[in-house]
Amino acid sequence: MKITYALIALLTLGSTLLCDLPGQEKELIDALTKVGAKGTGNEKAVRAWPAVRKLDASSVPNLLKAMNEANDLGDNWIRSAISEILDRDNSGFPEKQILAYLKDDRNTGSSRRLAFDIILEHKPKLSHSLTPKFIDDREPTLRRLAVEKLLESARKAEKPGKSKALFEKVLSKGREVDQIKEAKEALEKAGQKIDVQTLMGFLVNWHTIGPFDNTGRQGFGVEYPPEKKIDLKASYEGKNEKAKWSAFTTPDPFGMLNVNLQYGEIKEVLAYAHTTFDSDSERPAQFRIGSKNAWKLWLNGELLFARDEYHRGGTRVDQFIIDGKLSKGTNEILVKVCQNEQTQPWTKQWEFCLRVTDPSGTALTSVKTGN
Amino acid sequence: MKNQAIAAFILCLPLSLLANWLSFRGDSGNGIIDNDLSPSIGTDSKSAWKVELPGRGLSSPIVVGDRVYLTASSGPKQETLHVIAYDGKTGKTDWEKTFKATGRTVCHDKTCVAAPTMVSDGKVVVAQFSSNDVFCLDLEGNLKWLRGLTYDYPNAANGLGMSSSPVIANGVLVAQVENDAESFTAGLSLSNGTTLWKKDRPRGANWTSPTVLGKGKDQQVALQSMKGVAVIDPKTGKDQWIYEDGAATIPSSTVLGSTILVPSNGLTALQARGDGKSHTQLWRDNKLGPGTGSPSISGDKFYVINKANVLTCAEIKTGKIIWRMRLKGPVSSSPVSTKTHLFVFNEEGLGQVVQLGGEEGKTVRSIDLKETILCTPAVSKGALYVRSDSTLWKLSD
Repeated sequence: MKITYALIALLTLGSTLLCDLPGQEKELIDALTKVGAKGTGNEKAVRAWPAVRKLDASSVPNLLKAMNEANDLGDNWIRSAISEILDRDNSGFPEKQILAYLKDDRNTGSSRRLAFDIILEHKPKLSHSLTPKFIDDREPTLRRLAVEKLLESARKAEKPGKSKALFEKVLSKGREVDQIKEAKEALEKAGQKIDVQTLMGFLVNWHTIGPFDNTGRQGFGVEYPPEKKIDLKASYEGKNEKAKWSAFTTPDPFGMLNVNLQYGEIKEVLAYAHTTFDSDSERPAQFRIGSKNAWKLWLNGELLFARDEYHRGGTRVDQFIIDGKLSKGTNEILVKVCQNEQTQPWTKQWEFCLRVTDPSGTALTSVKTGN
Repeated sequence: MKNQAIAAFILCLPLSLLANWLSFRGDSGNGIIDNDLSPSIGTDSKSAWKVELPGRGLSSPIVVGDRVYLTASSGPKQETLHVIAYDGKTGKTDWEKTFKATGRTVCHDKTCVAAPTMVSDGKVVVAQFSSNDVFCLDLEGNLKWLRGLTYDYPNAANGLGMSSSPVIANGVLVAQVENDAESFTAGLSLSNGTTLWKKDRPRGANWTSPTVLGKGKDQQVALQSMKGVAVIDPKTGKDQWIYEDGAATIPSSTVLGSTILVPSNGLTALQARGDGKSHTQLWRDNKLGPGTGSPSISGDKFYVINKANVLTCAEIKTGKIIWRMRLKGPVSSSPVSTKTHLFVFNEEGLGQVVQLGGEEGKTVRSIDLKETILCTPAVSKGALYVRSDSTLWKLSD
């Protein structure tokens, strides 16, 4: 699901790279990129590790390239190797190559961010001049730096018009919740109305059905009829009465669907929420859900993720970011959201919010009018 | 004869090894300060220092030889994980390694990703984070192995954050990853990080840390949860004996020899039997329940701080309460104690030194660090190390 054409291209690039590397570098990179889940590959990585001591700074660009084919664990191994080399050998810092690597956005975001951090540490002045150029970067952590610069300028701007323009630019370029919130609040304070729902791509038009039984938290694992088939005209035996689908739109700026409004503040229950999302192409997407209740999320009948935890902290926007792939045409999205038996005031919430973005965090909107 | 042999062995150990503080609440995980620590420690002495930290954290420092090791987390989402080694004499950074979190970094605002305390066997240091990333490095900072336990098991997380500190027993790193969704404890090979065993654990948020019982090859590990305590063989993860009368999920058990003080129904003292397979309940007192911090031991007494910030001194053998006194709270950290004094920091950064040994406790010194302190101090070679979200201090006389 996560494999995209770009990734395949990177893998091809990586394979070519490995063939050209000198022995020790190749052995090391081969070992570090093969570290897998559940501890596999650690032994081989440890055996290859002494090679790090024989490499100098000229190997850093190749190590960065190797991050393109590493998983998150291999990524950490490689960043440790680079750190070790640069701590020891500052003589020939390969600035040009690292800079070129950073600028090539075919490389993974994580490795480019590391390239930037290396430049930041060794050439801070250069890094400061680079930051504003990340304003449209696909890597969220780099883009964030550029947006932060904008925010700093907006906060300091003395003329209201200048400040307004800068905050508006933050809204259009920002992808991180805290930065968007700050700009939204500043503009609203100045009397401007901001449609955050659309800006951030929250799904706000739903059909819900419930309540179904969740006594003893057992309903989380029960396959109620909506999990088998979506039929918005159907009704089923609910916990207390017939459960029917009904339309439910949330006015909340951050797309929070307060299920209590549909069924009352009841306990040991669950409900389903359904919506559709139309895409003009098959594309990778992130499904960003927030909920303090137990939940499950399906895309086109496939379970993307399930989380059986209640009221451990509040609901946050983008609390869970789940990779998926939108199909061309209409996509069916189903959320199961559960409420447990706790009676403390902070356990009243029965809610979730969901938005769809591309992998860089840019909101995707349904191409039809539904959402 | 046996005692003489032990004494001779200790005399043969290098001084630096004796001065280690290898894990959360010290080498034995009970807050005992083996060496002396002056009640007059502070920030003004020549050997005292403070350094700015690169990130947040409430993990405690550990000390191996002349170095102080600490974790921190930074970045907008605390996604950058730091493992740092400081020169204990000067506070200079000897090395710092940064990694990227592979697990979830969402936490309650009061805690953060650098919550669990590191552990060492004197040869390597191991850092675990709330993201359930685990890194093993040698004392010079060379990476030996790493694991991403939430990478491996994506539902292993707690929406409020995780905080269990790992322990080392019989060459096995015991990492407790207990939560509502995918709750387990794993035994990882200290030499290469591979999973030796993975044990399903009660589902429920659990912020307590495991504790080690016994010495050498007879070591066992006590895992505490809301269900009680399971004492396991660290080599296999198999239960050796179980106490099933419930236990707290924030303060941890404290061990002295074969006695375990369990925050359960107040406080319950259990005695592990010589066969290693069973136990006896010594006593129980619902007036001795700790708040957030865990009990500390000094001599034949133990000390608990309850939710109302009352410090209680009681006998280990019987649970008999000797005295009680009110501290300036709120206190989240666990106390540490010499034979004569107890040292504890409150959340407002006020260090309180309490004189022990008499019929009542008495605060003899206060040290105001003016920053939020949630960690338990580490002690080595007459100095106390304590950290806030932004500063690491060495306090000395």
